[in-house]
Amino acid sequence: MLDHIWLIPIFPIIGAAIQLLVGRRLPNKAVSAVCVGLPGLSFLWAVGCFVQFLGLPESSHHLFARHLYTWLPAGTFHLSNGSLANLNINVGMQLDPLSCVMILVVTGVGFLIHVYSIGYMAHEGGYYRFFGYLNLFMFSMLVLVLADNYLMMFVGWEGVGLCSYLLIGFYFLRKSACDAGKKAFIVNRIGDAAFLLGVMLMVVTFGTLDYRSITEAARNPNFHVAGGVITAICILLFIGATGKSAQIPLYVWLPDAMEGPTPVSALIHAATMVTAGVYMVARSNALFALSPKALAWVAGIGAATAIYAATIGLVQNDIKRVLAYSTVSQLGYMFLACGVGAFGAGIFHLMTHAFFKALLFLGAGSVIHAMSGEQDMRKMGALKSKIPVTFWTMLIAAGAISGLPPLAGFVSKDEILWQSFAGPYGHTLLWAIGWITAGLTAFYMFRLIFMTFWGESRVEPEVAHHIHESPRSMLNPLVTLAILSIVGGFIGWPKSLGGGDWFGEFLDPVFEGNPAVPPHAYGHSMEWFLMGLSVVTAVVGIGVAYRMYVQHPAIADRVARAAGWLYNLLFHKYYIDEIYDALFVNRVKDLGSSLAAFDLGVVDGGVNGVGWATRMSGEISRLWDAWVIDGLVNILGLSVKIMSYPAKIVQTGVVQNYAWFITAGVVVFMFYYMFH
Amino acid sequence: MIPTDYYIFLGTGLFIIGVIGVLTRRNVLIILMSIELILNAVNINLMAFSQYFKSVDGQVFAIFVITDAAAEAAVGLGLIIALFRNKETVNADEIDLLKW
Repeated sequence: MLDHIWLIPIFPIIGAAIQLLVGRRLPNKAVSAVCVGLPGLSFLWAVGCFVQFLGLPESSHHLFARHLYTWLPAGTFHLSNGSLANLNINVGMQLDPLSCVMILVVTGVGFLIHVYSIGYMAHEGGYYRFFGYLNLFMFSMLVLVLADNYLMMFVGWEGVGLCSYLLIGFYFLRKSACDAGKKAFIVNRIGDAAFLLGVMLMVVTFGTLDYRSITEAARNPNFHVAGGVITAICILLFIGATGKSAQIPLYVWLPDAMEGPTPVSALIHAATMVTAGVYMVARSNALFALSPKALAWVAGIGAATAIYAATIGLVQNDIKRVLAYSTVSQLGYMFLACGVGAFGAGIFHLMTHAFFKALLFLGAGSVIHAMSGEQDMRKMGALKSKIPVTFWTMLIAAGAISGLPPLAGFVSKDEILWQSFAGPYGHTLLWAIGWITAGLTAFYMFRLIFMTFWGESRVEPEVAHHIHESPRSMLNPLVTLAILSIVGGFIGWPKSLGGGDWFGEFLDPVFEGNPAVPPHAYGHSMEWFLMGLSVVTAVVGIGVAYRMYVQHPAIADRVARAAGWLYNLLFHKYYIDEIYDALFVNRVKDLGSSLAAFDLGVVDGGVNGVGWATRMSGEISRLWDAWVIDGLVNILGLSVKIMSYPAKIVQTGVVQNYAWFITAGVVVFMFYYMFH
Repeated sequence: MIPTDYYIFLGTGLFIIGVIGVLTRRNVLIILMSIELILNAVNINLMAFSQYFKSVDGQVFAIFVITDAAAEAAVGLGLIIALFRNKETVNADEIDLLKW
């Protein structure tokens, strides 16, 4: 199976091709069979490859590479430090522990979401289009994680951006959906521009783009390069990651992306696409390790985003919005982990987050399905008896994300908090921000649970009649993900609590050379203390939410009114969209308008002016002809006429006058002959 | 004998009077009479030279001239009558149809 690893992305693209070419004529059942069967096949193949990979001998250095063909043989050129480099960009695939984790997560969670979509999208128009785009997304994401060089990764990177745009704007008859799709793509593009600059800088610094060569060069102690270059590359790559993985300042597209169908939000904006940035940073760990400044930026922005998004999520009323901001916040945790050097912890959180966030989104979709499309939590309540499976699975997921042991989120989040406290790049401030955010997370997640499922029913009567549990195809993935959220943490159970941390050890070869926490620097007691602190904080958060939303629902409004301006600020997401509009969006539109005015005025004016000039020259010719040429001719005639005036005088018509002239002539001749 | 010069002078004088009459008189009949005067002046000249050269040729030519003058006078009068029928005038100044 490993030999044909290229099949893993090919299965979904076959599905996409079928759908997008002939899907319109196929019945829904055929579409489901193809487009869910193929990703399932990808998942099985991925599992097979994983098993085979585990069985590889040690001499393969934990890496399996397959070169498919040479894409861009760019030839030899000189690097900035003078040495010669031969650049060959290949289409090739690489399987190492990191990409193993990624393909299992992408194909596994992706397959579950495909199954869920069968039930969720059953009554929607454009069924074949949805699955076609979803399969195209799977293809792009798998290309991204299986690529063996940065440019192939970028191909996948752009592909997932495209699919995100297509799927967010799936309900294209709705203007808000189209705007959200455009916003996502354009904001992503800004990040991509920075990513490309980073890639170009890598080309001139390393002369190559494949991971192995760059990692070897970076870990080579003899590798010398101008100090700021590596930092610049890392910062540029990270800016690309802020666009794709929704960090400050380019996260603004993610909340709007909730316009897309819920399975899209689950797959793309929770489990897979937004994790591409984290994957990329983890893949470039050798480069980042060379630049503590870049790591500081990553950690700082990650922590800031985490707490920032959590504060906004506290006051949102749309169930999907809360989850969107939660995603932004959790991605901040992953970058925080990478920024303090704990890349393994970041990837671990990526995996567990995929489980419980996808579960939360799919559960929210189930709730929305039961509520006939209602998404506002203020109009929900007391649903737990009516949709029990959804309730119990979402409860498990909320517990996982809040960090309650022994669920999956507890293990990964606490690993991050511990590393940010005690790690060599860690800092107490970073830990504090992470800790406070954990408390906020617990609060807003259980606020969501309590408002949706508990308390008094605030459901509108017509909607209340139709509340029903979702079909089997939707519930099975929920249950599967719930089980994964419970047991997912066990594979990375920390050593301090007696576990083997198989996950961390599995990923070690990828991140070797990165300073991990020396085991005896702080001792286990500090770790246990911090763990206990976060659990207590989570429980306190849950308790506050319980008091505010179940026991005394009126408190919530009173707190909101008392907070006044602060509540407004959070509710309007710190007015970031308005600020961006004024600073950037409208300025670009103004530039467009002025360029259009230039085009209309100057360019079209020029063209029109040439036409006018031609007409005017014709006019001048006409005037010349009428006045000058005809004038000359007329003057000629006039002069002849005037010259005739003297001649006319002679012609009197009186014969006697003529006789005078005759006589005069005779006399003259007479005198002439007489005297000559 | 009368010297030939005297006849010449007489003839010249009559000729000049006749020319002046043709050129200046308004009445067309007077112009016709002046033309007769010119012709007769020429006749006198011819007679004078016939006597000087003792030849009859001059006198014969003079008879031709007289005949011619008579015919011309007849034609001329006919012209004047035709002219008067059309223009109701015998004033030479008023016959200027060929004026520009």
